[in-house]
Amino acid sequence: MRFVDEFRDPALAAALIREIGTICATLGRAKDDPVTVMEVCGGHTHAIFRYGLEGLLPDLIEFVHGPGCPVCVLPMGRVDDCVAIAERPEVIFATFGDAMRVPGSRKSLLQAKADGADVRMVYSPLDALELARRNPDREVVFFGLGFETTMPSTALTVQRAARERITNFSLFCNHITIIPTLRALLEQPDFGIDGFIGPGHVSMVIGTAPYRFIAEEFRKPLVVAGFEPIDLLQSLLMILRQMAAGEARIENQYARVVPERGNPSALRAVEEVYEPRPTFEWRGLGSIERSGVRLREPYAAFDAERRFAVPDVKVADPAACRCGEVLTGAVKPWACPVFGTTCTPEMPLGALMVSSEGACAAYYQYGGLRGAA
Amino acid sequence: MNGPFSLPRRAPRKVTQPKVTLAHGGGGTAMRDLIEDVFLETFSGAGHAAPEDQARFDLSALAAQGDRLAFTTDAFVVDPLFFPGGDIGKLAVCGTINDLAVGGARPVALSCAVIIEEGLPLETLRAVVASMARTAAEAGVVIVTGDTKVVARGACDKLFLTTTGIGVVRTGLDVGIAKGRPGDVVLVNGLLGDHGAAILNARGDLALETPIESDCAPLHDLVATLIAAAPGIRMMRDATRGGVAAVLNELAEASGVGVRIRETDVPLRPEVNGFCEILGLDPLYLANEGKLVAVVPPEEAEAALAAVRAHLLGREAAIIGRLAAERPGRVVMETRFGGERIVDMLVGDQLPRIC
Repeated sequence: MRFVDEFRDPALAAALIREIGTICATLGRAKDDPVTVMEVCGGHTHAIFRYGLEGLLPDLIEFVHGPGCPVCVLPMGRVDDCVAIAERPEVIFATFGDAMRVPGSRKSLLQAKADGADVRMVYSPLDALELARRNPDREVVFFGLGFETTMPSTALTVQRAARERITNFSLFCNHITIIPTLRALLEQPDFGIDGFIGPGHVSMVIGTAPYRFIAEEFRKPLVVAGFEPIDLLQSLLMILRQMAAGEARIENQYARVVPERGNPSALRAVEEVYEPRPTFEWRGLGSIERSGVRLREPYAAFDAERRFAVPDVKVADPAACRCGEVLTGAVKPWACPVFGTTCTPEMPLGALMVSSEGACAAYYQYGGLRGAA
Repeated sequence: MNGPFSLPRRAPRKVTQPKVTLAHGGGGTAMRDLIEDVFLETFSGAGHAAPEDQARFDLSALAAQGDRLAFTTDAFVVDPLFFPGGDIGKLAVCGTINDLAVGGARPVALSCAVIIEEGLPLETLRAVVASMARTAAEAGVVIVTGDTKVVARGACDKLFLTTTGIGVVRTGLDVGIAKGRPGDVVLVNGLLGDHGAAILNARGDLALETPIESDCAPLHDLVATLIAAAPGIRMMRDATRGGVAAVLNELAEASGVGVRIRETDVPLRPEVNGFCEILGLDPLYLANEGKLVAVVPPEEAEAALAAVRAHLLGREAAIIGRLAAERPGRVVMETRFGGERIVDMLVGDQLPRIC
């Protein structure tokens, strides 16, 4: 494919890997003290496994799979709320595909669908709005989730629903923002990450400026990266070069897509439609201040949480799951006692096993049980 | 309806209503009208004997073709019923022919059970049945018996078909999923994932304008060519639901070998590749309806590939990997960087990612 194959060029990859090895050796790190790089975005986790990148890099490089899969960090109580809304007879509940298998405390949306709830898989929020147009006697609820990547398209859909005075459409808003979450991670004691591969799609919307505090306050390099293997290798090299030079800067490897200032019209829509919640719960990470958003007052009519009473109960994660520690890089997936035994992609206990972008599912699917022994 | 599709002696009855109703499944004259008009007229070109409750075969004629009978059944529930490159009728005939063929059997005859949702336009049913008859005729097999049920609206989705087939297995040929040996070569007969991508695209949710057509085709002739070129062939399997990945995993497990494939050798249409990129899907798991995976001994691999490539349904055939003693039970793909990843069984359907 044009504009893709050049980012998957094996010869270029080999050259980058050699250079990574050379610079890695100059850092003077021991085997028990590897360079840890967190890829924030689940799309990166997926790409790392899909192309088998980990196995090609020096042992001294260790990827830590961050909290950037929106499906994975959705708390169980919110899934229960989804199911409660979806089970109302008047509701058509529209959702992206990979949210359907996330376990709630009682059931997933897929199980609710099997039990008779009208749950539909859509590919964009506009498809959900179209469902509302076509089913005027039903209440169509769109399950809005995701970071800044998906937030603008939901905002624009709500704006369009308002403009067209569609009264049977609402949004169950679970959008989350990455910056407060990164700060919360960095403020954890013993957070031993050396550098970050920044999320490409999120940055396409917010630009690179919001990450500056990571370099300025916490002295860690961050490189915004694309999703092709060459993008990832090049970003890793850029981080290592900064480390070797004793620097910590925010760089943009994905400049072909990510403008430094982000996308102003997307940001305008986001700003107009959403306001931060005082706090939002993340699976495995607990509550993080101002990390989630809800609809602003002028759009209250489109807020599913106001339109339907939801249980809104906090549900503790399964005790055996170590999702939180995996998300923060404290342990590898196989260190979790239920990984690959009672927690599998087929019957996920923890959310990280659900989406193909989840660290555990990626290890299970692409890496097998490597390291488990 | 039970019994063979045989021509009635009097003038055939006709259905006049535009849609199938519950009366067409009630066992009375309306049902006879439907069966005679839609099914018998279309399927019974060969002019069979008087109506009976079963088709009957001359055993000596079958025995002359081989030494074992192959018997298979499959249900078809595709949505939409018509898609680029095929329809549910063509699928139902090809699917069962292929299930027979990959066991080394020459397909002989099919049965067909039809479950119709009340309200289905007669025109739709006629088009599907005509497609079945056409596909069967092209493949040289006959549809000899069947059954029709009509269910209330909502009890099924438009039209479900079940086809059952019998075939005769060639004497001396013994293929099986557990027969793979280290060193054997894995071959596919062409570009993968076309059917899965065409169906997803035809559902119309994606608004992608791609020219991808289903690869739906009967493979028995290709199989005959393959067997002639590689008589030592170990196994064949059509790569339908779960795609090539599912077949390779079953092979690895049943044969107790490792399967090693190379990403760069897997033949993919650029459109399918792009389609998968956009949706976050893996083409190895997409369904095919005209593709098989074959395992042949290394000394027959080149002849097998050449023979398959010379066939109309195998022009893009490729050797995609080998069986190995290492990592038994696992399918490992060498990525285009020389990295490795496990190709595991899929849990359920592939679900598109949100970003």
